[in-house]
Amino acid sequence: MVMEIVCPAGTPAALRAAVKAGAHTIYCGFADETNARNFPGLNFDRTEMREGIAFAHFHGAKVLVAINTFPRAGDEAIWHRAVGDAESCGADAVILADIGLLDHAARSHPGLRRHVSVQAAAANADMINLYAVEFGIRRVVLPRVLSVPEIAAINAETEVETEVFVFGGLCVMAEGRCSLSSYATGQSPNMNGACSPAEHVEYNDQAGVLSARLGGFTIHRAAPGESAPYPTLCKGCFSAGDKSGHLFEDPVSLNAEHLIPQLQKAGVTALKIEGRQRSRSYVAQVVRNFRAAVDAADAGLPMPEGMMAQLSEGQSSTAGAYRKTWR
Amino acid sequence: MQLTVGPNQFFWDTERWAALYDELATAPVDRVVLGELVCSKRLPFFQDRIPQAISTLAEAGKTVVLTSLALVTLKRERKLTAALPEMGVEVEVNDLTTLAYLPEGTPFSVGPLVNVYNESTLAWLAGRGATRICLPPELPLASVRILAAAGADLGVAIEVWGHGRVPLAISGRCYHARMHGRTKDNCQFACEDDPDGLDVRTMDDQPFLAMNGVQTLSDSYVSCVHQTQALADAGVAALRLSPQSTGFAKICGLYRQLLVGTGDATSVAAAICGMDENTRLSDGFLTGARGVDWSGTA
Repeated sequence: MVMEIVCPAGTPAALRAAVKAGAHTIYCGFADETNARNFPGLNFDRTEMREGIAFAHFHGAKVLVAINTFPRAGDEAIWHRAVGDAESCGADAVILADIGLLDHAARSHPGLRRHVSVQAAAANADMINLYAVEFGIRRVVLPRVLSVPEIAAINAETEVETEVFVFGGLCVMAEGRCSLSSYATGQSPNMNGACSPAEHVEYNDQAGVLSARLGGFTIHRAAPGESAPYPTLCKGCFSAGDKSGHLFEDPVSLNAEHLIPQLQKAGVTALKIEGRQRSRSYVAQVVRNFRAAVDAADAGLPMPEGMMAQLSEGQSSTAGAYRKTWR
Repeated sequence: MQLTVGPNQFFWDTERWAALYDELATAPVDRVVLGELVCSKRLPFFQDRIPQAISTLAEAGKTVVLTSLALVTLKRERKLTAALPEMGVEVEVNDLTTLAYLPEGTPFSVGPLVNVYNESTLAWLAGRGATRICLPPELPLASVRILAAAGADLGVAIEVWGHGRVPLAISGRCYHARMHGRTKDNCQFACEDDPDGLDVRTMDDQPFLAMNGVQTLSDSYVSCVHQTQALADAGVAALRLSPQSTGFAKICGLYRQLLVGTGDATSVAAAICGMDENTRLSDGFLTGARGVDWSGTA
């Protein structure tokens, strides 16, 4: 079976572009704190969601709605409303991370398909099967801490479909379990849907040397002519002991295009592309390339060579935890 | 309020590890959580000493609890998790995998690395047998108040991070090994030289984080001294103190003085900082704009 391409859409225009480029499935979120890409100018209001889903369905594509932050105590109704609205807009599934919200969705919206978000960090078959028994989940997005053989082992032990990230931004920490941004800026992926947010970034140019600060902490310095990547905490420059540099991860992005045949053999159902903050032209190009790749893999043909390189952040990419030596 | 000692987050040699629990037997704390939280590769070094530590602490009247790992991926780690209930003491769940191995109805506690952000999650865990939950350290006081009230209704004791370098992230990658040019599988225990984690500094040489194998912690020691009264008023049952390599029993004593009213927040904070000039405190997760912020002057 052809693996499903699950593509991000931060705007209705990106959704339409992805559908036209051949995405099997689109994922998106409401324009509020209920989703983990809560950036200014991104995401969908209720009308846009309903129209976007109708457009996708008309063209034979599915839409998943990510409601994957952790509901704030006292304000859970906001998240409950998002699940209800996703169902009434016609969503094919919701992507959830919080146990309480999964429980609510299972009880109050039993007919709405439930996926477990990467933010839930379900990293082994025991936990995935627990979610299946307790909340009737049908798919899990695996955290980016697993190698390909480990993914194959999980698929051998569960009936739940697995979806894995293959392209785009790369969290090096287990997702949904990281408070680095909260510590430095007060904005948290889990609570606010934001990591290393732009309003906490400052650049300072001194004699051509560009310093990047996040929450007041200088985490990158570029000499004249050097590129200055966005100061994401886990990809910043630090010193420890007698070492300095990118101690956690280099400013790379994930590209697992070459692993598509192995991921297929490992029993993966769907390949996920990161980047709801990306432009529609970027999204369309990535979708076209990955669609060609999964179609080739299904036909037993070789992977198209180097198709994604020019789209990667800073021109440099990694296969991340899929290769064991990354650890 | 009670004082709970959380699991030691660092890799200590066996004698230092055992000495901590001997010392805690006479320290003014109520509960002690022990076992390996961060990295399963460390466990064989002290695993044999766990039964002795459990009985020493239990004989001294402490409630003893065994922690799960924070991130379970390998087959070996799943087996370790499955074996936790066999030790005969209460289990603290720090990764939900553990629930799959606890017979339904077995009472358990939940550690700070499980995402309990709201009343529904709390209620679901209570329904599974949770009797105590240490809340995630990043929660603000407003959320703590709501969850403490919800916990009271359900008979779940609520605990809050009281003192110590706070866990900020866990990864599949070992940063200590990476820094030494090794991989996790061939780490050669690069983390063993840093009994409180390795200081990670910014490009301005400002202290910021602490590296601890696959875990990343704050540089600052989170301390709730200035919020203790507010937490007590909210109905919080216990403060969690996280072990550090020096002066930990004394720190336990200082927090006990604060709870019984023989010490005030400012003097306790000053005493903690006075033990090591490199100790920086923070309490911004509870009441500040950013986690790293500190509401005191010390």
